[in-house]
Parts: sequence; C-alpha cells; structure tokens
Amino acid sequence: MTVESGAATTAAPALDQPAPDLPDQAGEFVQLLTPEGERIDRPDYPLDLSADDIRSMYRDLVLVRAIDTVAISLQRQGELGIWASLLGQEAAQIGSGRALSPDDMVFPTYREHGVAWCRGIDPVKLLELYRGVSHGGWAPEEHKFGLYTIVIGAQTLHATGYAMGIQRDGADRGEAVIAYFGDGATSQGDVNEAFVFASVFNAPIVFFCQNNQWAISEPLEKQSRIPLYQRARGFGFPGLRVDGNDVLACYAVTQKALQAAREGQGPTLIEAFTYRMGAHTTTDDPTRYRLASELEMWKLRDPIERVRAYLVRGGMAEPEFLAEVDAEAKQVGARVREACRNMPDPPPLALFDNVYAEPTAILREEREQYAAYLDSFEGGDR
Amino acid sequence: MTKLTLSRGLNEGLRKALENDPKVLIMGEDVGKLGGVFRVTDGLQKDFGEARVIDTPLAESGIVGTAIGLALRGYRPVCEIQFDGFVFPAVDQIVSQLAKMRYRSLGKVSLPVVIRIPCGGGIGAVEHHSESPEVLFAHTAGLRVVACSDAADAFTMIQQSVDSDDPVIFFEPKRRYWDKAEVDTAAAVAGALPFDRARVTLEGADATLLCYGPLVRTCLEAAAAAREDGRSVEVIDLRSLSPLDMDTITASVRKTGRCVVAHEAPVFAGLGAEIAARVTERCFYHLEAPVLRVGGFATPYPPSRLEEHYLPDLDRILDAVDRTFGY
Repeated sequence: MTVESGAATTAAPALDQPAPDLPDQAGEFVQLLTPEGERIDRPDYPLDLSADDIRSMYRDLVLVRAIDTVAISLQRQGELGIWASLLGQEAAQIGSGRALSPDDMVFPTYREHGVAWCRGIDPVKLLELYRGVSHGGWAPEEHKFGLYTIVIGAQTLHATGYAMGIQRDGADRGEAVIAYFGDGATSQGDVNEAFVFASVFNAPIVFFCQNNQWAISEPLEKQSRIPLYQRARGFGFPGLRVDGNDVLACYAVTQKALQAAREGQGPTLIEAFTYRMGAHTTTDDPTRYRLASELEMWKLRDPIERVRAYLVRGGMAEPEFLAEVDAEAKQVGARVREACRNMPDPPPLALFDNVYAEPTAILREEREQYAAYLDSFEGGDR
Repeated sequence: MTKLTLSRGLNEGLRKALENDPKVLIMGEDVGKLGGVFRVTDGLQKDFGEARVIDTPLAESGIVGTAIGLALRGYRPVCEIQFDGFVFPAVDQIVSQLAKMRYRSLGKVSLPVVIRIPCGGGIGAVEHHSESPEVLFAHTAGLRVVACSDAADAFTMIQQSVDSDDPVIFFEPKRRYWDKAEVDTAAAVAGALPFDRARVTLEGADATLLCYGPLVRTCLEAAAAAREDGRSVEVIDLRSLSPLDMDTITASVRKTGRCVVAHEAPVFAGLGAEIAARVTERCFYHLEAPVLRVGGFATPYPPSRLEEHYLPDLDRILDAVDRTFGY
C-alpha cells in the first residue's frame, strides 16, 4: 500500500460510480502503522508516543476486546439482553480515546466501549445497560463521558451544544468535545444539523465517524455516494480519512483535530475507516447480507495484530509482556463476568424514581398504588 | 403596576431571567435583531449580546439538541420554536432526549431547558401556524407542560420555568399576545403562585369550566354571559397541563357538580379526556352530569376561513355548560 503525504483529499467519484469503499481504492488517507506492523512517518502527523505508551495502547486494545468477547458470551448465556460488539473497531476507539485530555468531553453512541475504557468507566456499568438494569446511569461530568445514546446521531447535537457552552465559558480554551457516530448516522438530519451549528458557531468539536462499512445490513453505498470525510467540505470545515484500524494514526489525527478545536479553529470531521467484524448486535445475523470473504479480508487488517507485530519486531515487547497482557485480559474478563452475574435487579418501585427533580403528585399516587398492589400479594416482596 | 401586552410580559420576564442568572441563554430563529416574529425577545440581544441571545440556524432539532448540550454544560437555555407546527422536527430531541436524560442518568443529570412555543389558532394564518400540540408533550414523562393566558402570568411563569430544574414546554397563546393586563414587574417570583398550580380565575357555584391558554379569555366571557342567564360558572385556568393540579380541579367540581373542559386541540384523546377520567374517579358521587368536552374537531387544522367553526367560541362553550344542566 502506498501512502503519500500531504492533505488527505480524494477526487470525488463520478456520480455513476459508487464511492470507494476500501482504503486500498480510496487513495490518500492517514496511516502510520500498516497492517503488517510497519511504521510510516508522516511529518504532518508526528507522534509523541514512547514505547511505554504504545505498550499501554496495546494493553487497552487487548483488554477491551476481551471485555467485548465476554459480553457476547454473557448475552448468549442469557445474562445480557443484548450487546453491541466493538470487534474490529478497537483501534479507532482506543486511538481517539487516548488522544483526549482529561478535560475534553465525549459524546458516545452505544458502541463506544473502548472510549469508555479510556475514560475510566467500569465496563460493568456498560453491562448494566445491556442487562436492562439501568439506561446508563453514570455521571457524565465525573468521567467527561456522556451517556450512551441509542437514537442514531442525536448525541452529535448535544456535543455541539456542549462545545458552544465551552465557548461561552470563555475559559482558556483548554477543552474540546468529541462526538462519536457511525456511517449510518451521517444520513441523519441531526448529524447534518450538528455540522451546520458547529460550523457557523466555529465550535470546538471533533466529529469522529467510525465508518465500519455497515449500518446493520446496509452497506455504505446506501448512505453516501462520496467518501464521508468529504462531506465536511460542504459544511465549511476540514475532513480527513484515517485508517481506523491503526491505533497510532487514530491517536495522531484525533490529537491534532482536538488541538485545533481548542485553539479556536473550529470543527474537524474524522472518518475512521474501519470494519464491524461482528454482528451489529447480538440479535443480528450478518450472514444474511454480507460475504464471508469480506470479513476474511478485514481480518488481515486486524487492529491488534499490527501493534503486536510492531512492538515485537521493534524489540519493544518481550514475550513476558504479551503474556502478562493476555493474563490480565483473562482476569478482567472474569471480573466482568462475575460482576454481571451478581448484578441485582433494581427494586420494582425504583421505576418511579428520577422522572422529575421532585416527584409530581400523579407519580406519587401511582407509586403508592402500585406499592399497595404489590403488598396485596402474600409474601409481597418489594 | 404597568399595563403590558402578553408579549411584553414575556419579554420583561425573560429580561429578568437574563439579569438574574448569567447562565440563562435565549436561542432560536430570528430572536436576535428582529426580536422574534412576535417580538417576545425584542431588544434582548442588544442588551445581553449575541453570546446569550443566539440567532440559530433554521433547524428546530438543532436548536433543542444544542440546548441540551448547553444545559449539560451548566447553561439554562430558553429556546423559541417560531410556531407550534414547527416543533415536530424537534420532537425526537424533546421526547427521546430532553425528557429522558434525568431518568437515563438515574438522576445525575438535570436539563433545565425551556421550550417556548406560540400555540393555537385564531390569527388567520396559513397551515402549520395554528396547532395545539400540548397533549403530545403532556403524554411524555419527564416534561413539564405549562400554558400562560395573560401578561401577568406570562411574566411570572416564564421566570418560574427558567428556574425549574426540569425541562419545561411553555405554550404561549399567540392570538392573545397583544392582550393587555396589569403586571407588577417589581414583584418577586418567590411569592407568586407556583407554576404547577391551577388558578381559580372566576369563582362560581353551579358549574366548573376548565381551560388554559387562549381559551381562558373566551371562557371568562362565556361565564359572564352565563351569569346574565342566572348561572354561576367557576372558571379555572389550569396553567399547568403536566402535572395537572387535580386538587384544585377536584375541590371545584365537588362544589359545583358539573364540569366542562375546553381546549383548542382536538377533543379526541385530548387533555380533556384525561381530565374527564380523573374527575370521574375523584368526584363520582358529586357529579350531576358527565364531564363534557369542547374543543377542536378530529380533523387537521382547517384553512383560516373555516377556523371560526373549528375553534371553540363563547357559544359552543355555553352550549356545553347548558348541556350539563340537562341531566
């Protein structure tokens, strides 16, 4: 694969041509680590990472994949109602997540388990949502990580508004916002409105689109006739495409875009070109709509293998280190599994809590009536 | 006390809110230089600046969605939706995001966002400018829904809404924007009737007439006409549509034994249906007649040359009151 330096631009395809859907065909895009684990230098994206940092990124990649694997089995075993796997998107999430400063604010979809990990959210909290114990429930400001948003694209407007708030706080511009969304979301009105608002107000925000090629069963060509990053130009801000399976490139481009946002240069759209290696969720069956050969091709671009190859080849990781990470992954997986299985259901009357700042008369009345109803059963337990 | 139009009452209330709390923002289409198409925000951008009184792109979902983000950042945005019929593009953000964030976060997030919506008909407008969508929002848990009916309440209730830590859908009766009333702009909001309480606007003994927003004036006129016929009608301005102040309603209906609910929105599955059911449960042995409803028909809002037939007027309301005496 050849990589040229300079601005990431691709000529728009003729209208009767589908958009290029693979990096090989897409021309320029930012890649710092090839699928074979070879480092590519880009003067426009210098890396400030030590060997320790890269080892630590490798550890994150392996751990979040382990958590994801455990979560899928927990769903199969009936412990979770559903799970949205991040398999294949670890580099996009860990790379961008590690580029955030502690003060930057994240607005995730429901698949940002890797970013949640970077923000210090206990994976068990994520499982609460998929088990049906809560709708989320973490404090966004505590971790600077918003609540998972199920409606596609809605969070991009919240992110933009939050960024407008940063502008109004008039502080030293030490903060930026990152909004995550997928390729399907780019068709949503809210995402396009977020682009408009962010652009005209020059808001300090990075739009991080993980183009994983599939919106459930719909391939990218059902969403766009041009590469997604090129949409940004029409809204008046820069867009670029990055190898979404390259953790170093995702880190570098996100860091640069965040810094530009903090410095008052407004929004950037990053299209992280990646692949959803698993099903959309555990309820989905991708064999109905895509070829196995496509998955096989993407396995060759695995986001973890290339980092391992790079570390080993460069003498930055001894076998002991790799074994330690694998052992830790097992431990974390076991802890998550145990915590999930022991997670109690909330008490029935909790369903009336937190609707308003103070419960209304109607809510109080319904709560009392339902409590009395439950109590009317012998051995009534609430 | 000063005599102000309802529009001016809102303007003065918003001005107070902006003065009292630097986190209060106003945002919407044409709210800046123009002062809003109904001039509710007239002069506010000039006095408080473009960072606090924000002319937004023409996108309602964007307005509400970014307001949510601003609220997450600690601001208290007051959004203007230019006309009732334009709120629908924002319904996902209102219903799925704004209303549910507190619940989703197990109480860790408050979204103090006010969404002002001019509502109702009677101004001879084209389609989508005369709707009464309040029940959609009343049906959504997590939202407070209020409607002001005169300048004094407009002045107070908009400030109370801004102070609320819950999201508030604030309906403004657009055909009453130019009605004048005495307003004490020096009065503190603290001593005012809470915005989730109904007000007995006119006391009466024989029947209770429940209304809100644009129909409060119509109902007061109907009550005056009924008095000439020797019937004493109590008029209650609900003010809060969600939650409902059932205690005030119940006390009145137990006293009068008759209840009519009037609103511009269609009768079918309207707020009157909810009130009728609750009044029946609470006042069953006090009722002399079933609870009757007067409102819009089960049709889309008609062309303006027909709206006088669609909108409940004094005669249709009196007709319903009369019918409660026929049982």
